[in-house]
Order: sequence, then structure tokens, then C-alpha cells
Amino acid sequence: MELLTILQIFDSTVRLAVPLLLACLAGLYSERAGIFDIGLEGKMLAAAFLSAAVAYTSGSAWVGLGAGIVASLALSAVHGLASITFRGNQLISGVAINFLAAGLTVVVAQSWFGQGGRTPQLAGAARFEPITLPFAETLRDVPVLGPIYYELISGHTALVYIALMFVPMTWWVLYRTRFGLRLRAVGENPAAVDTAGISVVGLRYVAVLICGILCGIAGAYLATALQASFVKDMSAGRGYIALAALIFAKWRPWYALYACLLFGFLQALALRPDVIETVLTFKVNAQLLDVLPYILTVIILAGFVGKAVPPRAGGEPYVKER
Amino acid sequence: MDAMPKWADVVLIPLISLILAAILSALVILAIGESPVEALKLMIEGALGSTYGWGYTLYYATNFIFTGLAVSIAFHARMFNIGGEGQAMLGGLGVALVCIYIPWPHWSLALLGGTVAAALFGAAWAAIPAFLQARRGSHIVITTIMFNFIAAALLNYLLIGLLKPKGSMEPATGKFPEATHLPSFQDMFSFGETALFRGAPANVSFFVAIAACFAVWALIWKTKLGYEIRAFGHSDSAAKYAGISPTKIIMIAMLISGGLAGMMAINNVQGEAERLVLNAVEGAGFIGIAVALMGRSHPFGVFLAAILFGFLYQGGAELALWTKIPREMIVVIQALVILFTGALDDMVRAPLERMFLAMRRKKGGAV
Repeated sequence: MELLTILQIFDSTVRLAVPLLLACLAGLYSERAGIFDIGLEGKMLAAAFLSAAVAYTSGSAWVGLGAGIVASLALSAVHGLASITFRGNQLISGVAINFLAAGLTVVVAQSWFGQGGRTPQLAGAARFEPITLPFAETLRDVPVLGPIYYELISGHTALVYIALMFVPMTWWVLYRTRFGLRLRAVGENPAAVDTAGISVVGLRYVAVLICGILCGIAGAYLATALQASFVKDMSAGRGYIALAALIFAKWRPWYALYACLLFGFLQALALRPDVIETVLTFKVNAQLLDVLPYILTVIILAGFVGKAVPPRAGGEPYVKER
Repeated sequence: MDAMPKWADVVLIPLISLILAAILSALVILAIGESPVEALKLMIEGALGSTYGWGYTLYYATNFIFTGLAVSIAFHARMFNIGGEGQAMLGGLGVALVCIYIPWPHWSLALLGGTVAAALFGAAWAAIPAFLQARRGSHIVITTIMFNFIAAALLNYLLIGLLKPKGSMEPATGKFPEATHLPSFQDMFSFGETALFRGAPANVSFFVAIAACFAVWALIWKTKLGYEIRAFGHSDSAAKYAGISPTKIIMIAMLISGGLAGMMAINNVQGEAERLVLNAVEGAGFIGIAVALMGRSHPFGVFLAAILFGFLYQGGAELALWTKIPREMIVVIQALVILFTGALDDMVRAPLERMFLAMRRKKGGAV
């Protein structure tokens, strides 16, 4: 197989892994603080819609990104209210948020644009354009390294680089800052954090809001960078794959990157059945590639490949001792 | 002593939650420039104004009774079965296989066979997540979500491959044989010249659903197993201490849950479509969550909530037909019902409890 084909597949692996990565890191902050969030999907979807709608009307992808984050934050606030303030069931709240987003985006899109629940096509500055890194053109002809730099590393949208930067940042915040220590503690043993005089409620709200921001970027990426408009249900289960990746990564940032790249790679392969056929010399069913992330997650959950232990206080509302 | 009388818990809280959801839905409808009052009128007219409308309302309600009961039974064991969707898909597969490959002499036997197959397939799809939860402690919510996706891919694979009749382009099975046709309400309730429920898909499985309500009620409140399930749901450590095996309860509750979700297929696959198509479940598995929450996991409550959602579904279809309000409005209402009756329960409950306590203090002095 040619180098170019391999690079193309890796290139689309990165593109497809980015929304998973952002949502996965979003879930990481929330779940590390003890708030389960199966509403990643809904938040991404809401952000995708609002970012596309605002990017279309304002003509700026960055303004759209802001709007997407606002939409996602609003749903995060609902989740926080339900699961932190009113100590409701976090899973049920997540389910409600997913449906709320699935319904509202189409209802509002239909009302605003009248195009059957989608936004008009975005063009020009309303979309995130690929960035060519310095010297990419000049180095293109250098053997092996040139094409790798030009095809794989250069030529992505700004959001891709931002998303990748979030990985070391998250690692640093989580393991090298006081806030990170507290965040991890509140997901393991909130009572201890409370005893130390730190607000459990406050920490958890911060975690849920960070989760909202990251989901907002993920949604905006879907509608204004990966594709060029919002369409109904465009998150297409990515929020759930991100959850799967989070379990796969055992709630750790670097492993989250690897898990998302793996799942992104599977998605990229599913788009190129011709490549699989030439490599394996037999046809692999496209449906199998689509569900492989889910099957892998179930296997991981079953504990056959190392045990995935979630944060201990996850899913439990914190009730202060009286 | 409870802070509230039982009727307030069972009737008042769901009612207030429903009203809150309705108010927000009305605001959404207002915001997109339509009249909520007109919309409600249209929904009532379309869903309840004719036997045709009722035929659709009860058809949808039948689906939701099954999936609602499925979620409820799992709730009693404090399991959250979010996989009703996938289990109902597999139920459809079971129904399709027995309807196509077994030559049934009469519809009643076909119904029996279909019910058994649907329940078995649905239960089988719930079995692996249940086992992983019981033995490996992997969270049932995550595994059932994953199994929904795996089920969808499996059916997709089968319907564009093995089960598709030769020469057909559509991803669906062929039509089931005539003998498996279930009597519709039109067949049953039309006398002489007057045809009632004309063309509506409600069929005999509605009565199977009602029977299932009774069966679940009897199981949960009148049998030892039901007691064990409830005991486990209230406190797994106490139940364990009393000699109740957690593995057994989780497995049984989830198998029954999956079976009930699967049984939905006798209504939508055998009763209505009479063939298996892609996406036959159409989200009914998820609506079961709203129905179970709204019905407080009690079969009678589930029945009422299912009728309500049947009304919303049929009414929503009418809205999409006659106004600019898209069908997805129903998803918004469904989300709000789940949010208020499920996640924000405490928001409604806490002030009510305070109110009842204050009232009691006034009446009886110190309690």
C-alpha cells in the first residue's frame, strides 16, 4: 500500500477522533468529580446546532463556537441543578438532556431556517478552515517526512490543535494542581473534601461547567469544521462512543487520547472499505467496524482486559452530614 | 412517619411535574410562533376525536405499556435498564423468525408463538448486561447503551443480508404469511355496516399488554420473588443479609425486563407492519423510561402514562401534519417529563413536603 493512502487514513483518523476526544475529556472532568454524565451526546448536539446557526447568521466560525459553548453550558447547568443541587438521579438527568437536545435542535432549526430541521450550508469564514503549518509547502517534497508533515500534521483546523492541547493540559491540571487534586478527591471521597473545608457543591459545579465547555467545542467542531452545516442527529452516537473511550481509558487523559484515536481509526477505516479489502484480502462488514468500539467497551467492562474501576463516589449525590 | 400522605406522592407529584413539563412545552410552542391552545385542541381532536385517532393512540400506548413495564420492573430492583430499545429490536427479530419459518395454523397460536419468541429474544439481549452487572459489577446503564448500538448494527446486518428476500432492494423481511395476521380493532369491533377504528393499527396485542400489567402487578406485590426484588431494590445489603442472592435478583429482574421490552414486537412487528423493517422500534424503548418514571413504576400508573404518551405521539403526528410544529416536539415533551419526574423530583418534592409538614403542625399541634 502506498504511503499516501496510509497517511490519508491517519489524517481522517485525527479528524474523526477530535470530537470524541473533546467529549471524552469533558466526561473525564465530570466523572472524576463524581458526576456521571451520559448527556455528552445531547450537549454536543445542542452545541453543533447553535454554533452552526450563529456562524451562519454572523458569518464567523469563532462567534459560532462561542454560541455552541453557551448552548452546551446551558444544558450542563440543567445537569448540575438536577444532580448536584436537587440530588436527582444523574443518569436519568443525562437521558433527559439527550432527548431535550435531540428534540429542541430540530424544532428550533425548523422554526428558524425552515429547511427540515437543518441549518443552511456554511461557507467562507463561517467555517473553520484548515491551517497550513509553516514550511509545509516547501518541505512537501522531502521523502517520507515531508508528506507526513504536510498531510498528517499540517492542514487541520484550529480546533484540532486546540483539542490536542487539551490532553497535556488536562493531565497537568488533574495531577499537578491543587484544583486537580481536589477534583479527583471529590469524586472518590466527597466527605473528606468537605471536612477539609472545601465546597463539594462548588467543585462539582466547576467540573460540570468545564464539561459543558469541552462538549460545546466538540459540537461546534462537528458542525463548523468537520462538516459544513447542522443536520438532525449529527452527533450520531459520538457522545456514547466518548463514554466508551472514557471507560477504555480508565478515566485518564493520555489514555483517553489513545482510546479516541483508536475509535477514530475504526471510524476512518469504515469509510474506506476498499483499503481494508486490499490489506486483509477479504471483506469486513461495515457494521462490524461501526460497533467495534461498543463491543470493545463491553469486553473491557467485563474485566477481561484489566478492570475499569470508575471514581468511587460517581453517581452518588453528596449529602452533608448533619 | 412519612412527610406526605401517600396520595400526594402517587398523584400530586407526578401531576405537578407533568404540569411543569406542559408549561415549558407550551413556551417552546409559543417561541416558534404557534399557539399552544390551538396545538392542544388539534392534538385532542386528532388523537381522541375519532375511533381512528383512538386506534393510533392505543396502538402507540401498547408499545409504551410493554417498554414502560420493562423499565419499571428493573427500577424495582434498582436497575436502570436503558436498553429497552435494543431488547425490543431483538424481540422483533424473534417475532420475524417464528412468523416466517413456522407455518402457523391460526393467528391465536401465532400470537402465542410470537409472544414467546419476542420475550425470549428480548430477555437474551438483556442477559449479558445483567450478568456483567451481577458478576463483574460493570455498570448496567453503560452496557445496555452499548447493546442498543450492537442490536441496531446486528439488525442492519441481517436485514440487508440474510433476512432480505431475493430480488428485494429494501432492507426488510418479506411479508409474514396471512395466518400470522393479528385481528386489528377494526376486525374486532366493527359490526355490520359501521366500521370502527378503520385503518388504525391497534390490535389484539393491546389486551396482551393489559394482561402483562396484571401479571407484573401480581409478580411484584403478590409473590415471594416480587418481594425479594423490592427488598433488593430498597437495600441490597439488607436483602443479602436476609439470604437473597443479588446475582439471582439482578438476573431475574433484568431477564423479565428484557422479555417485556421484547414483547413489544408482537404489537409493532406482528400486529402493525407484518414484516420486520429497519428501526421498527422508533424510540419506544426510550419512551418506556418516561412512562415508568411518570407511572411511579406501578403497572396501573404505567398504563395511564402509556395512554398519555400514546396520545402525545398520535397528537404529535397530527400537529406535524397540520401545523409548522415538527414531530420532534414530542421528543422535547418526553425529555421534559423525564427531567421533571425523574431527575428534578426533589425540586417538586421538597417544597411539597415542607407544605404538608406545616399543615400537619397547624392541625395537630406537636406531632
